[in-house]
Amino acid sequence: MGKTIIEKILSQKSGVDAYAGQIVVADVDYVMGQDGTAPLAIKSFKEMGGKKVFDPEKVVFVIDHSAPSPNEGVSRLHKLMREFRDEHGIDFHDIGDGVCHQVVPESGKVGPGSLVVGADSHTCTYGALNAFATGVGSTDLAAAIISGKLWFKVPESIKFVLKGKLPKGVFAKDLILYLIGDVTADGATYMAAEYTGEAISDLSMDGRFTIANMAIEMGAKAGLMEADEKTFAFVKEHGGRDFTPVFADPDAVYAKILEYDVSELEPMVAKPHTVDNTAKVTEVAGTPIHQAVLGTCTNGRLEDLRIAAKILEGRKIHPRTRLIVAPASRKIFLRAMEEGLIKIFVEAGAAVVTPGCGPCVGTHNGIPSDGENVISTANRNFKGRMGNSNAFIYLASPATVAASAIAGEIADPRPYF
Amino acid sequence: MILRGKCHKFGNDVNTDYIISGKYKFKTLDMNELAKHVMEDLDPDFYNKITPGDFIVAGSNFGCGSSREQAPLAIKYAKIGAVIAKSFARIFYRNAINTGLPVIECDTDKINAGDELEVDLSKGIIRNLTTGEDIPIKPLPEVMIKILNDGGLIEHFKKYGTFNF
Repeated sequence: MGKTIIEKILSQKSGVDAYAGQIVVADVDYVMGQDGTAPLAIKSFKEMGGKKVFDPEKVVFVIDHSAPSPNEGVSRLHKLMREFRDEHGIDFHDIGDGVCHQVVPESGKVGPGSLVVGADSHTCTYGALNAFATGVGSTDLAAAIISGKLWFKVPESIKFVLKGKLPKGVFAKDLILYLIGDVTADGATYMAAEYTGEAISDLSMDGRFTIANMAIEMGAKAGLMEADEKTFAFVKEHGGRDFTPVFADPDAVYAKILEYDVSELEPMVAKPHTVDNTAKVTEVAGTPIHQAVLGTCTNGRLEDLRIAAKILEGRKIHPRTRLIVAPASRKIFLRAMEEGLIKIFVEAGAAVVTPGCGPCVGTHNGIPSDGENVISTANRNFKGRMGNSNAFIYLASPATVAASAIAGEIADPRPYF
Repeated sequence: MILRGKCHKFGNDVNTDYIISGKYKFKTLDMNELAKHVMEDLDPDFYNKITPGDFIVAGSNFGCGSSREQAPLAIKYAKIGAVIAKSFARIFYRNAINTGLPVIECDTDKINAGDELEVDLSKGIIRNLTTGEDIPIKPLPEVMIKILNDGGLIEHFKKYGTFNF
């Protein structure tokens, strides 16, 4: 019987001929913790009697959720992480290096066929590299750091066949918001999403990361894609070793196969307070916007910054609106400077902040006030997500966020393309 | 194991940001402190309404969103006896078992706010003492029963040093 991508990866890593529904204990290739979850993992590691990390080159901590530290409580937790690094010699990214889900792919340690666990729900992002990557809690993370293994229930898969070409001014973010609106926030719970078709092949790696990143917003355990020339080029560019791509068998068994034609798709937004509460941008155009955010593990990559800069170049943001820009990593920040994108943002009136997660998770760097509307390129718009439960968050593409920052209200970006 | 308590009812898609907001969880590992803010964005006074042993009862997809293990821990340290829902998001479900918070899947339409419940985990039955109705519980996967019986994943590792299924 044929296998899905995730059945193949879990079979290879567990040494068991595994199919959906089975429980396996599998070897992990890379284990990631960030500053919201690693401190608790260190606590669990100690309580479990952990003395040694299974392989220091396969464990990484990233300080990105509150970077630099906004208060002394966070500083103590950061110190705990740095002490763990000093003791065990693990990979480490300190403040300013960027968001874990950009920093890890850039490290070259993850590629086709890898199995990665991260104590962050958006670890599914690396599925764009044909890896099985999934979010876990801190105690599971500690178990993986000690043993190099974790148990998994092999999930069923939903195959998304995405046909056609995206129209001008419509991007990967619009596509994934549309899909989540269609299948709902728990439409893929306990399952893996496999994305395939012309619309995926046409996307850059940056666009594919956006799609894979939001698999968790439909409840999925992973969001996977097959590897192609773009995948191999990305891995090579970042110094990755030779990885073996994993393809689904033609006779693999899926829980569902969903087909979409993307050629009529329009720019989308997710309205407050759930990601599956989606609408066409035209349905909410004119909603006043007080803060706009460009960045995050969903849409803070170079292509995203280029698209926003194309719209913002030579223009000013609306006096009602603040624009916060957080490049996803130090490398992207540098490239954006070299290309003149940062100058465009600053001249347009944006505040450019340290690469990191702050504005998205409500730790610092842009907490909205009561009754304010925010439009953000992030992946979650839950009540209170950005640090104030009396604010309203709309999610959209970098193009829609840039167009809205100029208009001072939600605006359709298509006239700019 | 038999648990008894009063029900606090919530809706569908209760996410981990609602269970414990990011603005608190990034600052401290003191779970007693985090517990005071449990479910705050849905009910600002929730912590003060809890009698030890009470249940959180919800609809589908409880615990969706971020992977923060502080979510089940905040519930546990607020002295909630168990979370009962139609379904759970995957990471929350694992985290709850790993940290020893009982999570129970069943048809929660038969439970109303304020109902007194008796949960018999070994028999797999919830007895609604207010309505007199018995509600069957969906059984846990075997691996999870093993981890729960060991007292959580930390105790499992203390005992075996690695996974032992």
